[in-house]
Amino acid sequence: MNNSISRREAIRTDELAWYERMLEIREFENQVNALFASGSIRGTTHLCNGQEALDIAISSLLRSDDVVAATYRSHGIALAMGLTPHSVLAEIMGKATGCAGGVGGSMHLCDKSVGLLPTSAIIGGGMPIAAGAALSFQIRKEDRVALALFGDGSTNIGSFHESMNLASIWKLPVIYICDNNVYGEYSRINITTPIEDLHIRAESYAMPHEQVDGMNVYTLREALERAISRARSGGGPTFIEAKTYRFAGHSRADQAPYRPAGELESWKSRDPILVLENQFKESGKLTDDSITAKKAETEKRIAEIVQEVQNDPEPLVGDIFKNIWAESKS
Amino acid sequence: MADMRVRQAIVQALSDEMSEDPNVILFGEDIAAAEGPFKTSEGLLEKFGPERVRDTPISEMAFTGAAVGAAMMGMRPVIEIMFMEFLGVALDQLVTEAAKMHYLSHGEYSVPMVVRASNASGLGFGSQHSQTLENWVVATPGLKVVTLSDPQSAYSLLRAAIREPNPVMFLEPRILYAERGPVDTSIKFEIGKARMIQEGNDVTIVAMGNMVNVAKQAAKQIDLSCEIIDLATLVPWDRQSVLESVGKTKRLIVVEEAPFSGGWGSEIVAAVTANLFSELIAPPIRITTPDTPVPFSGVLEARFTPAPDDVARQIKHLVETNQAPKPWWVMEGLL
Repeated sequence: MNNSISRREAIRTDELAWYERMLEIREFENQVNALFASGSIRGTTHLCNGQEALDIAISSLLRSDDVVAATYRSHGIALAMGLTPHSVLAEIMGKATGCAGGVGGSMHLCDKSVGLLPTSAIIGGGMPIAAGAALSFQIRKEDRVALALFGDGSTNIGSFHESMNLASIWKLPVIYICDNNVYGEYSRINITTPIEDLHIRAESYAMPHEQVDGMNVYTLREALERAISRARSGGGPTFIEAKTYRFAGHSRADQAPYRPAGELESWKSRDPILVLENQFKESGKLTDDSITAKKAETEKRIAEIVQEVQNDPEPLVGDIFKNIWAESKS
Repeated sequence: MADMRVRQAIVQALSDEMSEDPNVILFGEDIAAAEGPFKTSEGLLEKFGPERVRDTPISEMAFTGAAVGAAMMGMRPVIEIMFMEFLGVALDQLVTEAAKMHYLSHGEYSVPMVVRASNASGLGFGSQHSQTLENWVVATPGLKVVTLSDPQSAYSLLRAAIREPNPVMFLEPRILYAERGPVDTSIKFEIGKARMIQEGNDVTIVAMGNMVNVAKQAAKQIDLSCEIIDLATLVPWDRQSVLESVGKTKRLIVVEEAPFSGGWGSEIVAAVTANLFSELIAPPIRITTPDTPVPFSGVLEARFTPAPDDVARQIKHLVETNQAPKPWWVMEGLL
């Protein structure tokens, strides 16, 4: 049922798969948006349109024994790491076939086989957890790394500062990646934060840091490669600030009327899918025809998955009582 | 069988678990080089080294969360929250992250971590370092909660907590650290099982932590047959043992070192009332602290915390009249 691992390997080995997966994430989010608007998804959703390059860069470089602690805006990273659109959409729709059996929902995605820890709906929630996972790798002398992915809003919560400090003094193999998408919920960064270049916050923790273009898979990969190699070789943590932009509103039906005029359009001209498309066209990996075909194929495939998931079974009432307590092995 | 203090029993339990399982690691504020503010990790840095016994910055949120992450990767971290109040700045990691991970991962991850915290009144630490705050975490499915009451339970309960596959809040009444008593290291405790402290026929007294000792002292002052149960595990509490006992004695008193309103003792009283209503010969009662912060003054703190004399008075009243006694602050017209 679950082919997360093969989908994960595809991203690690095949550059064209990066493009295809970005198309998949974008189309997936568009369909989630439509399903929410039509009342087919309850609760909430947080879309990642515009931030796909970061999800791909991370998944293309980490090994499947590395772990990622991400947030409630995680449909993209989950798909990039290999979870199937079926299992993610089923979770978002509360179906028994979802990656958490339907008890998690949109904000709580997980797949141990590819290293996606249960995503947290609490700002800053995953950051110390990533540090702790990294601590276990360090103690056991494993060359694995932990990565925490979070938004710009998270850099104002105590957990961020405590985790950065702890990771630095213990030289943990952890990578903190801030997806600076300019908005924390409904507020633009300038309203909530005295600086817009967040990577400099790492300076006070004596942690190596850099700022990168978050719309370009290749520049992101270069920064991540440096960070991963530092972590694997015992050099400790790194803070990366990826400059992206949240094309969607914060959640649910938010249309983001609070954006300054022209800001969205300006960022959309550097849509990460367009950026990669142009790079691949130049190198001959893609043509206008193959792009059209891939887009059509993606739309068709996601539409079919939407149909399948809508027909999937609901969880059983007894599922309420499952997985509250872990059983003793001895 | 050795005679040791509670704090020494804690050190022994940690040491024995660390010797048997290389995945057991310790961290917290001042627990390594300084050997713990209450000397509950004496000698462990020297014995197990700085990889496994670590001092942390004063960052409860970060190191509690780090324990969650390490536990998910297969370690068995035991962390120390110096005073339970400090959990307030880390509660998210325990209640909202640790206790949910098994559930949200569809059973794929588990979080075998222990959060040790000193708590409760009696040593003049004032209202922000003397609270008994298990009620903060008691309504958190996915998190177990236990409290030691003597050197034996310090040793056996802590070992059981470290072997537990779920997150455990391990509470240590600070006033007991220096208490001395026999410890048989071959005795195993089971999380979720109450301890029979003494058998009796007139009344069942359910207590936890230092209130077990208060109940014992109270029972000695009166000529009644008191059955005393140390709950030991609050989540999940041992319903069967309590119901069996009250089924025999027909009377229940819960002695609870926590404010009268909103305490876990109400849970015990509710369960006993619902299951044994027609068999009870007296109203089930709770003996608690008043609904006030913990006062600093020695005179005031001694009255604030349930004390043997007052507990003895209330037991006697209940058994002799089958009517509920009044709390001291009501008797004295203070509230």
